[in-house]
Amino acid sequence: MNLIANANFDRSRPPRRIPLRDTEITLAHGSGGKAMRDLIHDLFVSTFDNPALSPLEDQARFNLADLMQLGDRLALTTDSYVIDPLFFPGGDIGSLAVNGTVNDLAVSGATPLYLTCSVILEEGLAVETLRQVAQSMQQAAIAAGVQIVTGDTKVVQRGAADKLFINTAGIGVIRREVSTSAAQLQPGDVVLVNGTLGDHGATIMLARDELALSTPIQSDCQPLNGLIAAILNVCPAVRAMRDATRGGLATVLNEFATSSQVGIRIQEVALPIRDEVNGVCELLGLDPLYLANEGKLVVVVPRSQAETVLAAMQSHPAGAQSRIIGEVITAPAGAVFLKTTFGTDRVIDLLVGDQLPRIC
Amino acid sequence: MKYVTEYRDPEKIQGVLQEITRLGEQLTTGKDRPVKLMEICGGHTHAIFKYGLEELLPPTIEMIHGPGCPVCIMPKGRLDDAIAIAEHPNVIFTTFGDAMRVPGSKHSLLQAKAKGADIRMVYSPLDALQIAKNHPDREVVFFAIGFETTAPSTALTVLQAESEGVPNFSLFCNHVLVVPALEALLSNPDLQLDGFIGPGHVSMVIGTEPYQAIASTYHKPLVVAGFEPLDLLQSVWMVLQQLAEERCEVENQYARFVQPHGNAVGLAAMQRVFEVRSAFEWRGLGDIPDSGLKMRPEYAQFDAEAKFILPHRQVADHKACACGDILKGVKKPWDCKVFGTACTPEHPIGACMVSSEGACAAYYKYGRFSLAKATPNPPLPALAK
Repeated sequence: MNLIANANFDRSRPPRRIPLRDTEITLAHGSGGKAMRDLIHDLFVSTFDNPALSPLEDQARFNLADLMQLGDRLALTTDSYVIDPLFFPGGDIGSLAVNGTVNDLAVSGATPLYLTCSVILEEGLAVETLRQVAQSMQQAAIAAGVQIVTGDTKVVQRGAADKLFINTAGIGVIRREVSTSAAQLQPGDVVLVNGTLGDHGATIMLARDELALSTPIQSDCQPLNGLIAAILNVCPAVRAMRDATRGGLATVLNEFATSSQVGIRIQEVALPIRDEVNGVCELLGLDPLYLANEGKLVVVVPRSQAETVLAAMQSHPAGAQSRIIGEVITAPAGAVFLKTTFGTDRVIDLLVGDQLPRIC
Repeated sequence: MKYVTEYRDPEKIQGVLQEITRLGEQLTTGKDRPVKLMEICGGHTHAIFKYGLEELLPPTIEMIHGPGCPVCIMPKGRLDDAIAIAEHPNVIFTTFGDAMRVPGSKHSLLQAKAKGADIRMVYSPLDALQIAKNHPDREVVFFAIGFETTAPSTALTVLQAESEGVPNFSLFCNHVLVVPALEALLSNPDLQLDGFIGPGHVSMVIGTEPYQAIASTYHKPLVVAGFEPLDLLQSVWMVLQQLAEERCEVENQYARFVQPHGNAVGLAAMQRVFEVRSAFEWRGLGDIPDSGLKMRPEYAQFDAEAKFILPHRQVADHKACACGDILKGVKKPWDCKVFGTACTPEHPIGACMVSSEGACAAYYKYGRFSLAKATPNPPLPALAK
């Protein structure tokens, strides 16, 4: 009979995936109930989809033996992203949140592996905005070869946060035989950078639309772990690496000089700075050396290795415009100098606060 | 960069320097002090330090960094007034960025902002006017500071507010004038100055005519200069040339932008909106007659000083602070008791430490190190172009 035949009907169904219908984030999305579950499923789990995340336990779990294949130490880092505007030429808060943490791991000589993603959402944020950011995070994670494996979602009242804040923490495994540190620069060492300075800072200033300037400048937001792997392949004895984010090249070099108690002198003629970035800086009385970058590596290597490292950097896509920009000197300890094009030495000091535009 | 790199050409700079060195020796032979030249404009001070020009000049030439940073010379009392306006609950207070950190008697605008005042950084007074149009229920006040350089743009903004009928926009006017300040400096008997590098941007507005009194009454040569290294060095050379030929004239090195009669449109707007105050207090220099601008009574509806009740307190400068003498060229920053100890860029006491254009801040930032002790490295492997 037909009925008996129907008894074999498969009653099991895939779990219901109801796409989120809300267009705005409400306090309900942070309440721990169904609304929050739907948000997490629809926006994060389905986007980041990977084996460590999908069990949806309260933590991601890793096999130690697998990690130990890659090196002998763990690196752990965390960073919060609060950028305004959320989207800008060359990136958005999502790609920034992935690349920033990937880069903080990679400069230790680590292979970045797993990231967390905690979001603080302001009530009223468009769900579509959050979806775009999550997709951008996943694209950035794929490009950097990492997985987003756990996360957290909080919603705060309108006005208690600015649209969307993201915190990402990350772990990576540090290669054996590699030990980079800001404290081990030696006189004679050579300073290199992987491309033009200040692009991100200038882009964000212009994206806030307060200046009514239009330029083709884009943020340099990119992962640096591939480039760093190429450097470490030819020179495991790298002294120090850092991504020059907030405070720019000037701040990184000051940290190096202070930690190692040496002087650093860079050459103005060698600094890669785009005309457009220089133009914005000339207009506002800002200094590109202090502008933020989001994909610029400052690396210090022994002098004998400088040319090998330069060649390795230039043959990687993230370092095509790499240059030697300066060197480590004996004294004065803790100071950074710029040799100007006409031969004078200018001190490049730490700033007290943000760079503020000058009026005349 | 086009129109910029030409003025930073190392070869040309060496050429001018040779001439400067020759004239410097000639002018100081048999004298017990170097030739002292004052650059008036804070922008010039900034450029001199940014490019390390003092290091290039021979010891026979000494640069004195004058009172031309509009942020530095703002007295504490005026800052207190600004903060009092900003702390009004219904006010949006708008300001250029570099005024944010200047300390008043209690705190700065940056600290007032942290305490809840609605203070916003703008790049132009027109941005402030736009904010006023966007927030018709709030009073939007623009902190108008600066020399004749910025005064025309604030005047034109007031005229635009008038023609568009924006009743909730006003200025807290603190514009100051260059020539009265120079005359006040020059009438001081302690002053040791041989000549002036005149401000380029101010002169784009006022022209070169108003400086004639400096040359004729006080017998000091003045050369209006641009802001690139070559501009400044050429201007130094032009002043030395005048001294060597015993001339006292107003000359214009910045002729690519500065006209003898200035900018007629800008001057007319200033004339229409502003009038000269009988006196204005300068931090470090005290009251200087006829040296500030205020709004004309016809524009009282756009005048924050008429709209708000202000404390108007005069706050004395710190006793140990030598800013006044530093601005006159009588003392150097390191002659001041509190320089680098109680007074630092993080916690400035005096005017000259406040902005990066101030002489003390510049010396603090750039003058603390000496490269003499460094052991040289071999040449860099590849300074790749």
